[in-house]
Amino acid sequence: MPIIVYIEPDGTTHNIEVPVGWSVMEGAKGAAVRGIDADCGGNCACGTCHVYVDAKWTEQLPRGDDMEAAILESTSDVQPTSRLSCQIKVTEQLDGLTVRVPLVVR
Amino acid sequence: MNNDRQSDPQSGAIRIEDLPIEQIDVSQHRLFETAEVLPVFARLRREAPVHYCPKSQFGPYWSITRHEDIMRVDTDPVTFSSAIQNGGVSIDDRLMRATKGDFRFEGFIAKDPPAHGRYRKAVQPIVSAESLQNLRSLIQERTDRILDELPVGEQFDWVERVSVKLTTMMMATLFDVPLADAPKLAYWSDITGAIEGADGFVSYEHRTEQLMKCLDYFSALFKERAAAPPKFDLISMLAHDPDTCNLQPMDFLGQVLLLIVGSNDTTRNSMSASINCLNLFPDEFRKMWADPGLIDAMVKEVVRWQTPIAHQRRTAVKDVVMRDQTIRAGDKVVMWYYSGNRDETVFPNPDRVRFDRANINHHLSFGFGIHRCMGMRVAELQLRILWQAILERFEAIELVAAPKRIRSISRNGYKEMMVRVTPRSARTRQ
Repeated sequence: MPIIVYIEPDGTTHNIEVPVGWSVMEGAKGAAVRGIDADCGGNCACGTCHVYVDAKWTEQLPRGDDMEAAILESTSDVQPTSRLSCQIKVTEQLDGLTVRVPLVVR
Repeated sequence: MNNDRQSDPQSGAIRIEDLPIEQIDVSQHRLFETAEVLPVFARLRREAPVHYCPKSQFGPYWSITRHEDIMRVDTDPVTFSSAIQNGGVSIDDRLMRATKGDFRFEGFIAKDPPAHGRYRKAVQPIVSAESLQNLRSLIQERTDRILDELPVGEQFDWVERVSVKLTTMMMATLFDVPLADAPKLAYWSDITGAIEGADGFVSYEHRTEQLMKCLDYFSALFKERAAAPPKFDLISMLAHDPDTCNLQPMDFLGQVLLLIVGSNDTTRNSMSASINCLNLFPDEFRKMWADPGLIDAMVKEVVRWQTPIAHQRRTAVKDVVMRDQTIRAGDKVVMWYYSGNRDETVFPNPDRVRFDRANINHHLSFGFGIHRCMGMRVAELQLRILWQAILERFEAIELVAAPKRIRSISRNGYKEMMVRVTPRSARTRQ
């Protein structure tokens, strides 16, 4: 099963087995990674599953669609490597995909 | 949780929930004042989830009452427009449409893409992680001071002494205006938000006159901030962003009013609501004193239960079929967030505040889609800090009378909440 690596802002790292076909967001929720809230339940509607994809992986992901771009426009602290993790589907080729979780101030 | 059912004063003994479904008009302010609207929403969700009301004080409109359908409308800005040119985001169009010389609201909440994104991005940095970290100690200091000044053993109005005080100070900070001017901002916010027939509405002429003063005030501030280096407040951000530094006066005023309204009574009403919920659900809230880690869940649940913004409106730009109903191009479509937040198929036992809901984040109070509330993290931060401070100081905050609610189909809130606080005794402190 592919392993997805989630790194929280303080460096806490989770190496999580995520089944093929799940989204990167679902993998995070299952493992209680802090900072991935997914308020809309994975419907590309809220921006709270926002992650920064590690530079060496950005080219290997299918590009996000217009809906994702529109939500990212309404999201804070967006960088060129930003993606909504609910829109990234896990495949065997993404074994080792590394994403960083933005700081969420509570 | 319903209040006593009352007979409908307009049709004698027939209550609105007993009317034939096609005669139901939920857009009546009195129904929201006492929460009588909730069983009516329940009926609409069951029997007519996409419901056409042909005649109301606001004209004909569609009611969308189920959580999933509200999400569908909210996340399709192409079909369902927010633009002021089409009527804007309130069921009350007259609030939005200008007649010659009148105020017309042009805040970016009432713009569609691509303009919407350009405006929002100019001010979004105020809610960046860095900005929130900077704000946190200020919020903490003010909250501590306000709570330490509360009288013990005598009644006072929580709305005035806590909710209004804390949120008007927050507004003053976000705009970087003197604290003494904050009540002016609150006043302008209240008259912008009030619609005809609701509490706070005076007249369209009065509103225009007062909001022109608001424009003068902020135009002067804008000039100052434009001439100075950029800094971290909303006016400076508008002044230095290339997309917002040259706006027409009504457009500029609209952005200012949106930001004032957004930071004002919604959070105020959530703060008051948390005390109402404390008294309605004491067993649940007692858990927080034992486990302050539950504060996060409490904040989400109170915001769901209260639903400070009861509805948002859209206009269909083309014909669209939803649940076998054909909504025509030009039709007014009202998303009743208040109903979607009590959708029993999404939130079992929806009228109860429960900290253990698995889908506690899934509420509609901040909206979804591109217009989702920009200030939600600031709102939640203020509520969280308020309750950390309450738990440290008080073991009880009791209502001494029923709270007075605002009469409005757009704002679920409180005008007065008389309470008495009991400090934590030495033996209950950690």
